[in-house]
Amino acid sequence: MTYASQVAMTLPEIVLALGALALMLVAAWGGPSSTRAVSWTAVAVLGGACLALIGPATSGLSAFDGMYHADAFAGFSKVLIYIAAAVAILLAPSFFERTAGDDLRPEYPVLILLSAIGMGIMVSTGDLLTLYIGLELQSLAAYVLASFMRQDQRSAEAGLKYFVLGALASGILLYGISLVYGFTGSTLFYEIAGAYAAAPLSGDGKSIGLMFGLVFVFAGIAFKISAVPFHMWTPDVYEGAPTPVTAFFASAPKVAAMGLAARVAIEAMGPAEAQWRQIVIFAALASIIFGAVAAIGQSNIKRLLAYSSINNVGFALIGLAAGTPEGVAAVLTYMAIYVVMTLGSFLVVLQMRASDGQPIETIASLSGLSRTRPGLAAALAIFMFSLAGIPPLFGFWAKFAVFDAAVRAGLFPLAVVGIAASTIGAYYYLRVVKTMYFDEPTAEFGEGDKLEGGLIAAAAVVVSPLGYLAIPLLGGWTMAAAQALF
Amino acid sequence: MTSFPILSLMLAIPAIAAVVCLFLSAQSARWLALGATLADLALGVILWLSFDVGGAQWQFVEYAPLFGRFAWALGIDGFALLLIALSVFLMPICIGASWQAIEKRVPEYMAAFLLTEVLMIGTFAAQDIFLFYIFFEAGLIPMFLIIGIWGGANRIYASYKFFLYTLLGSLLMFIAMLYMSITADTTSIPALMNYDFPPEVQTWLWLAFFASFAVKMPMWPVHTWLPDAHVQAPTAGSVILAGVLLKLGGYGFLRFSLPMFPEASAQLVWLVFGLSAVAVIYTSLVALVQSDMKKLIAYSSVAHMAIVTIGLFAFNAQGIEGAMLVMLGHGLVSGALFLCVGVIYDRLHTREIARYGGLANNMPRYAILFLLFTMASIGLPGTSNFPGELLALMGTYQVSTTIALLCTTGIILGAAYMLYLYRRVVWGEIKSDEVRAMPDLSRRELWLLAPIAAVVMWMGVYPESFIAPMRADTQRLLARIERAQPVSDSRPTPGTGIVPAAHAEPIAHGEAH
Repeated sequence: MTYASQVAMTLPEIVLALGALALMLVAAWGGPSSTRAVSWTAVAVLGGACLALIGPATSGLSAFDGMYHADAFAGFSKVLIYIAAAVAILLAPSFFERTAGDDLRPEYPVLILLSAIGMGIMVSTGDLLTLYIGLELQSLAAYVLASFMRQDQRSAEAGLKYFVLGALASGILLYGISLVYGFTGSTLFYEIAGAYAAAPLSGDGKSIGLMFGLVFVFAGIAFKISAVPFHMWTPDVYEGAPTPVTAFFASAPKVAAMGLAARVAIEAMGPAEAQWRQIVIFAALASIIFGAVAAIGQSNIKRLLAYSSINNVGFALIGLAAGTPEGVAAVLTYMAIYVVMTLGSFLVVLQMRASDGQPIETIASLSGLSRTRPGLAAALAIFMFSLAGIPPLFGFWAKFAVFDAAVRAGLFPLAVVGIAASTIGAYYYLRVVKTMYFDEPTAEFGEGDKLEGGLIAAAAVVVSPLGYLAIPLLGGWTMAAAQALF
Repeated sequence: MTSFPILSLMLAIPAIAAVVCLFLSAQSARWLALGATLADLALGVILWLSFDVGGAQWQFVEYAPLFGRFAWALGIDGFALLLIALSVFLMPICIGASWQAIEKRVPEYMAAFLLTEVLMIGTFAAQDIFLFYIFFEAGLIPMFLIIGIWGGANRIYASYKFFLYTLLGSLLMFIAMLYMSITADTTSIPALMNYDFPPEVQTWLWLAFFASFAVKMPMWPVHTWLPDAHVQAPTAGSVILAGVLLKLGGYGFLRFSLPMFPEASAQLVWLVFGLSAVAVIYTSLVALVQSDMKKLIAYSSVAHMAIVTIGLFAFNAQGIEGAMLVMLGHGLVSGALFLCVGVIYDRLHTREIARYGGLANNMPRYAILFLLFTMASIGLPGTSNFPGELLALMGTYQVSTTIALLCTTGIILGAAYMLYLYRRVVWGEIKSDEVRAMPDLSRRELWLLAPIAAVVMWMGVYPESFIAPMRADTQRLLARIERAQPVSDSRPTPGTGIVPAAHAEPIAHGEAH
């Protein structure tokens, strides 16, 4: 394989990188006035990266001796990531317009582009070091984004918290990587898999090292997907970060980190399935139950959605626990639907602002929304019921896919406990619906933005029963993507 | 059979009307909802008339593999036909009952009701196990909103309780469904009905389905959501809850538990019988001491539903047909009783029994209709509940004398609490001026109650019309489950006397049964 053809496989990242660098220069010389142009160009660059996925980038081959995979799995995840990133760019202007003192600067879309490159590398990785580079690129951009409102204390706090805890997670991950490297002699996934297969994890001294490496790598990844018990940063960061950034955090990086988890679990540590399955099952159930129980007491909608994302990651992990192609396909299905639901919810949260434009974040302020803004209330109700997994909304299909995979893999206790715990989750989603529909109206929200209204409507249509018509298509894509890992 | 997709049309009409309703004014929404439900009623009549009694098991079959993993598969047998007929019959009455009682947020209310209708018909018509689940579970959303938005003072508690209780039950069933569809490699209900799961697996699957249907039914001790939901729901909400939604549990037993897990059903029949016997006696006694009319009728529903469950698990034709008749009869009668309560509630805005009294004096027409439904609820011959209860208890008697004995006390207790209710509300002297000022039934209210009264009498006098469509299906079900039939506790024992040679043959024949 020629070097050029290997580089061609990374075309989406190249498009994004060149775009980000060019826009950075524009931002440096153009100043704040170029924000609008930079934003729209960034969206166009993301669109271009999507187009660049056609061809060598999804050929199913590996570049650079297996360090970078250009397969369907990466392709599917990248489409999701790019769409979520584009939405995060689109919904920023109207939010920052209304905040006091902090205007949107052109660095915002550039940082999101850089983060998108990192996420693209994460889902394409075939090597522990590629993985780490992708992860850090994504994370460093994210730390800056979290504290983007420089005059807002909560935002600064969120950024700092995210940075410190993220650095800790990276440290844990690196430690795990070093152990794995030390005991397998390689950082390439397929060679690691060979070492895990060769040394059964019992008996000789090597296996303990491999086991420790596995545990630390998974702990590091659990941090990034904010699975319990490594979730502590999530509510604070979600609450403090500017809402468009929170929407971004809850969507694209989650997809990337889940994709990464699937790659590491299946490609690198597939032979040690029995070992990591225990970790994944524990993280899944703990996330589902803790995410649900802790959300009950929340009065801030962003914190509620943070716990909801912990809860949802738990469900997605059930698919991973299955460890089968169906399971990985279910994870991808889950993430695809989850991204739509969660972006939709955050779009509604962005509409919550007082008549003077100041954002409101209390759940109580949604009281009687069904009478003051019926359309908006209906959309949020759809997202909430969907997140709770109540049919006929599309969120049910996400749960269907993961539990189907778990039952196929024979994980009955996991399936039964997981689904029973989803009742707890239903309670707090219902509480939001109750506030909007059963309570008396309070102060009315200010007028909404047309573009955001359109995005909300689009998300609501996808999540509505009409979404079921997309099942054959979605099923085919996710299955093709999942097969790429096996 | 006709290839015209009449079932899909019956689903589409209310679904489209529900969406359109949201954009209309209150009055137009009312008329649109009435029009849509009447159109569905007309289609329901056509459905019944063109149903080939004794013909193919599944009729009006539609199949479109739209969703990959599962399909848009519809089709009905006799059981489903009757329950769909009940749903489409009660819906226009519900809309009519809400005509004046609901004043706020009418378009949303009508949309929620139309959506409920879609989901109910869909549940009965679904031939794919996951399509069934989606319709079954989705019914929670509109009902949650109906109770929560238009309900009484304690509506929020009641709506949560209703939602979470029934959700928890259904989720376990969902896991069982996944397992079944994977093991049998099909999602088609007719195919699963003929698939033999190993008996030890059946027990687990049966219990998972039982968790869902027992809550829906509702069976003692998981019935406690029902009185709360009924009391807080608006009148029409109670009608549809008692009339149709409670039938989902019985339908589930009939469609899933019995034919799919016959061995487990036979094994666990003691559980069903035990819970039902407790329910009949306990809830009847509880009904006796209620001071709230709606609560009283709600508890009586639990008692009636227990008769349904014992009939279903009697494993014989009388029991199953009787149970179906009780479901239909109870759907009509309890619906009518809730309407009767609604009529006087609209006038005095209280459900306290003690506040009424002597209504026979100033509301004679109301008193007559209320009497008819009271008698029907007791199960007087000539009314709808009589044939059903008689058959169900006869069927049970063949399996268990004790349980039949215990459950028959429910009829006596039923007479006690219903007559006691009637005496306190309708007879006696008028105690207060506000009661004296209550006008008799308006023309609208008469039009709501009269059709139910007519059908109640029809079912009582000529139940054959309702038994005929399901007769063949009962036989098919029996053929499927007879291999697991539990042993009766009152089998004739062979005598010890000397048998005359000429009579030996028929006696031996009798023993074989």
